Amino acid sequence: MIEMRNVTKKYGKRKALDSIDLIFEKGKVYGILGPNGSGKSTMMKMAAGLLFPTKGEVLINGQKVNRHIAKDVAYLASEGMIYPGLTVRQMIDFFASQYPDFSMEKAEELIQFMNLETHQKTAKLSKGQQGRLKLLLVLSREAPVLLLDEPFLGLDPMVRDTVVKGLVSFIDFGEQTVIITTHEITEIEPVLEEAVILDEGQVRARCHVEALREEEGMSVLQWLKTTYKEGINS
Amino acid sequence: MTEEFKTSKPIYSQIADRIIQQFVRGEIKPGEKLPSVREMAIQSGVNPNTIQRTYGELERMGVVESKRGQGTFMTEQIDMKKKLRADIQKEMIETFIQNMRGIGVEDGEISQAVEQFLTEKEKTGDD
Repeated sequence: MIEMRNVTKKYGKRKALDSIDLIFEKGKVYGILGPNGSGKSTMMKMAAGLLFPTKGEVLINGQKVNRHIAKDVAYLASEGMIYPGLTVRQMIDFFASQYPDFSMEKAEELIQFMNLETHQKTAKLSKGQQGRLKLLLVLSREAPVLLLDEPFLGLDPMVRDTVVKGLVSFIDFGEQTVIITTHEITEIEPVLEEAVILDEGQVRARCHVEALREEEGMSVLQWLKTTYKEGINS
Repeated sequence: MTEEFKTSKPIYSQIADRIIQQFVRGEIKPGEKLPSVREMAIQSGVNPNTIQRTYGELERMGVVESKRGQGTFMTEQIDMKKKLRADIQKEMIETFIQNMRGIGVEDGEISQAVEQFLTEKEKTGDD
């Protein structure tokens, strides 16, 4: 379980996050949606122990988040993460050496699934292959928390499809708490249980995905657009 | 490719509809074992909880039976296929009639048009 209690993060005078109160329950899959600059990545970095709140606190399984939280949190960063000098195999071995929960068995399955060649230098990989490698590194970990920041960024529709299937195949549903930020809402919606809309560092709305369809007859994308229209008109 | 879903209906019930249609068309046989929840989730690219709900719903309808430790199986009840076909038929007709009325066609004209359409098809031998 991840708890954000009255979390504010300031960069200088600008508030990237403003009094966020959110609870992410164990074993569920959440989507964080919102425009660029709404605070999504800041929130993810905070849960990953890479940034600290200016005010308030972030708890994972009751423990205050600090740098050591990396042992419980598998984090897919939207930028960086892959070392260009290493081969795919060396990158995997490096992750395995850093995280005791890294499962080589899962990694081998994922190499097949993601159709990666282990002898290739990561610098030589296409953007799609890099995206798949990043997902492999994160999904191979049996961590209680998975944070995926923009896992579809720069990926073509075929690779996005592979990513979705990879998530469904390798997430331990009911055990791992998963938070995904993305703009590819139609693609991710069938995997999500709940969605949160962030806007200017605040929680604008949240919903249960299937209930939204059942009760409002709306998809998450329509809901997001409606929420924004209301915001502009009010 | 993972499939596309319509926006206005819960995903679990869209998958249930699809299984029912496959059954009525004979693509799934009575008594046939359905993929496990996990397999079906991967095939469809959806959260396994959604498939759990799909199977639960189909079981309540009597369309599938879950056997402990063995999985989920299509029903072997003979009448079920007939009933489901009748349901789908009724739904399709309803949509058709609504659309026709929507463009201002009178009920009398509708049945006339349908009959005419069918006889013309017979003559030309199209299908």
